[in-house]
This record gives sequence, structure tokens and C-alpha cells, in this order.
Amino acid sequence: MKRLIFWAVVIVLLAMAPFVLRSYNLYLLNLAAVKIIAAIGLALLTGYTGQLSIGHAGFLAIGAYGTALLAQHFGLPFWVGIPVAGLISGLAGFILLIPALRLTAIYLAIATLAFGTAVAEALPRWAAVTGGYQGMRVPRASFFGVNVQNDVAMYYLALAMTVLLLLVARNIVRSRVGRAFVAIRDKSMAAQACGVSLAKYKALAFFVSALYAGLAGGLYAHVVGYISPAEFGLAKSIDLFIMIALGGMASLPGPVLGALFLTYLPHWLSGFRGLQSIIYGASLIGVVVFMPFGIWGFVRKWTAPDKVQSLPKPLRAAVAFVRGGGGA
Amino acid sequence: MLAQLIVSGLAAGSLYGIMALGLILIYKTTHILNFGQGDMAMFSTFIALLLFRTYGVPLSAALGGALVTGILLGVVVDRGLLRWAKNAPVTSLFIATLGIGMILQAIALWMGLIDARPFPYALRGPPLFIGDVVLRQHDLLVFGVALAVSLVFFLVFKFTKVGIAMRATSQNRRAAQLMGINVGRIGTWSWALGLGTGAIAGCLVAPIVFLDLTSMVFVMIKAIAAAVLGGFTSLPGAVVGGLLLGVIENLFSGYMPPAIAPLKTTFVFTLIILVLVFRPHGLLGERSVGGH
Repeated sequence: MKRLIFWAVVIVLLAMAPFVLRSYNLYLLNLAAVKIIAAIGLALLTGYTGQLSIGHAGFLAIGAYGTALLAQHFGLPFWVGIPVAGLISGLAGFILLIPALRLTAIYLAIATLAFGTAVAEALPRWAAVTGGYQGMRVPRASFFGVNVQNDVAMYYLALAMTVLLLLVARNIVRSRVGRAFVAIRDKSMAAQACGVSLAKYKALAFFVSALYAGLAGGLYAHVVGYISPAEFGLAKSIDLFIMIALGGMASLPGPVLGALFLTYLPHWLSGFRGLQSIIYGASLIGVVVFMPFGIWGFVRKWTAPDKVQSLPKPLRAAVAFVRGGGGA
Repeated sequence: MLAQLIVSGLAAGSLYGIMALGLILIYKTTHILNFGQGDMAMFSTFIALLLFRTYGVPLSAALGGALVTGILLGVVVDRGLLRWAKNAPVTSLFIATLGIGMILQAIALWMGLIDARPFPYALRGPPLFIGDVVLRQHDLLVFGVALAVSLVFFLVFKFTKVGIAMRATSQNRRAAQLMGINVGRIGTWSWALGLGTGAIAGCLVAPIVFLDLTSMVFVMIKAIAAAVLGGFTSLPGAVVGGLLLGVIENLFSGYMPPAIAPLKTTFVFTLIILVLVFRPHGLLGERSVGGH
């Protein structure tokens, strides 16, 4: 019960953010939401199921361009366009299933890299549809005739999507499906021996992961209002991977923390001209050295029952409250 | 036409192969995929350029400087950084190598690598004509170096104590440790040799593509793909994979209509996936027992 109240308070506070924050800060939060959704999707695939992917920007691109094109050519409103584009992206996830059933580790990573490269190379050349290198404008979002293409409306959309998709992910992870994912990651042969169908659950993992990335891409298209192929290159895929690895990939708070970290760090660093990438690189190394299992792994380690005693009292109370009796 | 495309493809492929050798060497003994290899090669190559252009050092000495920089960089990366993160999972270490790459990019930028800079050819002279195939002297140099590097790798792994220890470490880290091999030092050796090899590849690539902050990253991606094609744990596989990749890529862009030709990277990657679907451990890779 305490936990429920805690999360309700958090969500209410988040929902009140537009009354205090300036438009630019809301925009940053919207971008963070995009990254959080995509990172959770990748964490389900890489962190929980153990299938490396460094081509996820391809799914983001499918979601973003899908949403934009559906709005442009069929006049679909955003609340139909984003889910449909997400679904298309999810189905595209099955493309990777063919290599994923045969390949593991680095070999699979190269296959996903190939997918990402293919999308990134095809987008600018299919100029008649995608607008080529210059990119395309995304039609303005409207909700039953009311123009909602502004940062506040997009903030609520982003918040709703993030909360909903987090809950879905949490339920997946805690259900039979999530256990099957983890079993496949830890020892695929043992999982098979216990009756877990590799084909079925790998397909599901790729579908869900690509669906999340597609939804994130659709949200991105509406948040920014303009998309171009340059935003969906290898660098974006690597960024997503950094997010989950930094946050702690086999957890749900991990990708959220990682996504927030990667949204706000470059923003804070923009003041240090020239030193920006040195600090960025050094903080990546720092996290790896001091928090080998990611930010969330670090938090978990210091809030473990035997460690929590040594914390200062206010922190201890906070940990006890958040934990609220139930398991974390 | 066909012969020409194959020869130029082999030259490009040798470069991928050399780059891939360094990557695999590091991967075999430490299980870290060094995604900073491109940036590290860029940095060593840039040092050579600085020595040559700014300080007037003769080219051969400047190239030697790049090799030394690469080796030192390897020692620094291993001893100075990765040693402190021994308990981290390899996926995190992969992120750390990216971080190192970013820092090197920033340092190179600060030292003046702002836009694409031309890099001197070590061998410039009239091209050779064999039948109707044109062979630049630089291509000859690339073939020669690729052969030499492969030979050195072969000899080191076959006959030297360090090489044999490296093989032992890559086969079974724990057992190697129990046999008295200092696996930490072997890791340092691998990083030093791997980044030294990267520096060689960088100095050979730079005259062709010009040197800027990211030009080596694309070569590295191709090298990773080549290594995977050959089987990621096999050194001869890296060379074979690199050569195949170079030739196929060149044939594709040579024979396809101009509308499709720029999609050569997609084509090559798709082909690699197809190969992997039938041979999941690459052309020459060993079937792994458990683990990786």
C-alpha cells in the first residue's frame, strides 16, 4: 500500500511539472521519455533475454517515419498513427529472428548492425517517400480538431506512454514470459530442456523490443516535429546500448536511469566547450570502473539489507520507505 | 575490369584484415570487443601526421612514432584503466572502450585535427601495369605489410613464449593462470600488440581516405564485420574475411547500376548474415564450448 501511495505521489508530481517547468525543460523531458521507452525495449531484449542488438535505431526509424507517413498520406491522428507504426516496427523485429535463431553474442550483434545499417542507408535513397537526406516534416498532431502540437500536450502523451509501457514491461518481466526470457539468457539449452520454446520466446522478445523502439520513434517524430535519416544512424544504436549498460541492463530502473543520464549529461556539459567529450568519455569510464553493474546495480548494492545499516539515518529511512515491506 | 576490381578489392580487404587482426587479438585474450579501436588508430595516425608535418620528422620515423604510440596507448589503456574495472562484465568494458575513444577524439581535436587532413603516401611513384591491371605502389605496400603482419602474428603465436601464453589464455583463462601464466600481463601484451596493429592499419588507410576524427571508425566497423565473417576467434579468419569483404564490396559497386551501387555496405552485411546463418561461427571460427 505504501508503495502504491509513493508511486501515485510521484506520478502526480510529474503530472504537475508543466505548471512549473519552462517549455524547453519539458521538451528535454519529452526527449528523455523517448529514450526511456526505447531503452526499456532494448533492456527486455538484451538485458533480460541476452540477445545483443546494436541496430535498434533502425526500429526507431521505422516507428518515426511510419508515424509521419501515416499522418501525411492517410491523415491518421497521432493516437492511431503511433501505435500502428509501433506495430509495424514490431513486425519488422521478426526480420532479426532468422539470424537470432542461429546466432549468438557478437555474431548476432553484427546481424543487428546489418539491419540498422540497411535502414540507415535505405532511408536517404528512398527520397520520394522519405524526403531523402533533408528529412521530412511531421504533420501537426491534433486531437479531435484541437491542435496539440505543443510541448505541454506532448509531455502528457510522453508521460502516459512511459508509465503505461513501464507497467507493461514490469508485468512481462514478472510473468511466465519474463522468466522464460531470463532462462534463455542464462542457459538456452537448459531452458529448452525445461520446455521453453526458444523460437517462440525469442520471437516474442524481438517483437516486444522492436515494438517499444517503434513506439519511441513515433513519439519522437511528434515531439520534435521533424525527422531526418542522420538521427537514426549507428551512433543512436550505440547510445541506446550505452544507456542500458550504464543503467544496469537486467532491470527496469536501470534503463530509465541510463536514459535520463544520457539525456541530461550532454545538456549539462554544453557549457564546457571543448571539454564536453572528455568529460562524457571519462564519466562513461568512471561509471564502468566504480559501478561495474551499472547505476542501478550500484544503488542495489548499497541498499542491500546488510549494507543499509551503515548509511546515514535519513537515507536509511528513505530506503525503508521506498522498499515499503515488499521486495524491490 | 574484373581483374582490376578484384585487385583493388584485395587491397582494401588487406586493410580490413590488418585492422581486424588487432581487434581479434584483444578479443581472444580479454573477451573485450574494443569499439574504440578506430579512435585509437586515428590517434596514433594523427601523432605520425603531427611528427611529419609540424615537427619535420622524416616520414619513416613518423610512421615508427605511430607504431610506438599505438603500443604505449595499449599499455596505458590496459594498465591505467581496464585494470581498475576487473570485476565489470564485458558489456560494460565495451562501453569503457567507447569512452576512451571519445576522450582520444577530444584530445586529437584539441591538438588541431579539426577537418580532414591529407596523409602522405609512404610509397609514391608511377603505378605498375600488369596486363590491363593498374597497381598503385601504395597497394603493393599494403599487400606487403598485410603479409608481414600476418607472418609476424603467425611466428609470435607459434614460437614465442608470449604467443603461446596468449593462446593458452584465450583457450582457458583459469587453467592458464594455474600453469603459472601471468594473465594480467598477457592482457597488456595483447592490448599493446592489438593497438600497434591498429596504428599500422591507420597509417595505411589514412592516405586513401584522408585523416579526420571519424574516418577510422568506418574502417573499424568493416573490420569487425570481416572478423565476424572469418569467425571472430580466428586470426587467419580475420585476413580471409577481410579480403573477401573487400573483393565482394568492390565487385558489387563495380557491376551494379549507379542507383544501387551506394548500398554496398547493406549488401555486404546481408551477405555476411546469410553466411552466418549457414555457418554460425564464421568461415574459420571454432565452435565454442559454452561461454562465448
